[in-house]
Amino acid sequence: MGLAFTISHVYKSYHGKPVLNDCSFSFEKSGTYILTGPNGSGKSTFFRICALLEDPDRGDVNYLSEGSAVAKTIELRRRITLLLPRVGVFNTTVFKNVAYGLMIRGINRDEMTERGMKALDFVGLKHKTNQKALTLSSGETQRLGIARAIVIEPEILFLDEPTASVDLENTEIIEDIILKMKKIGKSIVVITTHNMVQAERLADWLLLMKDGKIVQT
Amino acid sequence: MDAIIEGFGKAFFLILHLDPELLSIILLSLKVSGTALIVATTLGLPLGALTALKHFPGRGFIISVLNTSMGLPPVVVGLFLYLLLSRSGPLGFMALLYTTLAMIVAQSILAFPFVAALSHSAIIKIDPLIKKASLTLGATSLQVTTAIVREARYGIMAAIIAALGRVMAEVGAILIVGGNIAGFTRVMTTTIALETDKGNFALALALGIILLMISFVINMALYFIQKKGALQT
Repeated sequence: MGLAFTISHVYKSYHGKPVLNDCSFSFEKSGTYILTGPNGSGKSTFFRICALLEDPDRGDVNYLSEGSAVAKTIELRRRITLLLPRVGVFNTTVFKNVAYGLMIRGINRDEMTERGMKALDFVGLKHKTNQKALTLSSGETQRLGIARAIVIEPEILFLDEPTASVDLENTEIIEDIILKMKKIGKSIVVITTHNMVQAERLADWLLLMKDGKIVQT
Repeated sequence: MDAIIEGFGKAFFLILHLDPELLSIILLSLKVSGTALIVATTLGLPLGALTALKHFPGRGFIISVLNTSMGLPPVVVGLFLYLLLSRSGPLGFMALLYTTLAMIVAQSILAFPFVAALSHSAIIKIDPLIKKASLTLGATSLQVTTAIVREARYGIMAAIIAALGRVMAEVGAILIVGGNIAGFTRVMTTTIALETDKGNFALALALGIILLMISFVINMALYFIQKKGALQT
């Protein structure tokens, strides 16, 4: 078992409005956790805090590796990845977008090519390698975002509504990608969705965000 | 009319025969403006990026000063520099007046706000999702900044070219601080002014034609960069 994490009594509010309210949960086993809940229930805030992009007002997010606490450094941040509902695409080729995470980690060119092509193949975009990323459809852009996230082999992957803005065909493709990732099964994948059928299909654990707290259903 | 035709004839003769005086003036112009552009970019781009990416006290004031400075009259810059560098001025001991270095300083001051303010505009327009994408993929602060600046590259190139256009055509500041000394500080624009006064239209026209050609190339480059940037965003 690689990286695991626990959030303990986390509070977060914006402009005086509480979003997370004494939120606690442990993500200890590898597998797919599906987090559902109505709009504005705090799912995205929860993700940003867990991905160390934002600090909670109170409470802690603790990452553990082999039972020991891991310091919140850039090294830890590089073991976690968050895919946002809207993918920020760099104005360059599809391949260079996918390779970005490897490039900033100083991975050599040969390994970068091999891993980049493998990730593109995994999401069905290998034939678009040299295409300008900004010309991709929204579904393809979302798949590019997934390729860019998985190429760096994160131990914890957060997917924030990965199918919210894509058509049915791409939703099915993305669900299949997530199921393929489940089969590899080395990491913790946490996904938010409103689609209960999708949630049932993909989940190892089904969670609900309610009143700023996570409850297991 | 005859004088104009004769002037153009002599001008083309000088250009076609690569007149040594003409060439030395052109090379000095390119050296002064090119160096000034490097200085302005080295200082202006980081400031443009800083004001676009960070919020700090006085940021709005700096942006306003930069935008205002784009309209700085070159003669006023020349006058202030002259007062600073003249023998009785606070920097007079450096003996920089009537040197190419003084001309480079003058042109750097004129180009700097163009590079900084237009780079700021280019960088601030970049989609915030780029920053988020870099961060979520494990980028350091420096890598995030690099990613954003890279995204703004077409706008930044346009800023640098606009600054080059500004300094290449400038005459007031370098005439005051350079002194227009033959073989030392005489550049295209100052030579045109001097030779016109003297009635030597051939050299003035030859330099005018070259200056127009350089200006045309700069503007074409600017057009293509902006077009490429527009196509890709």
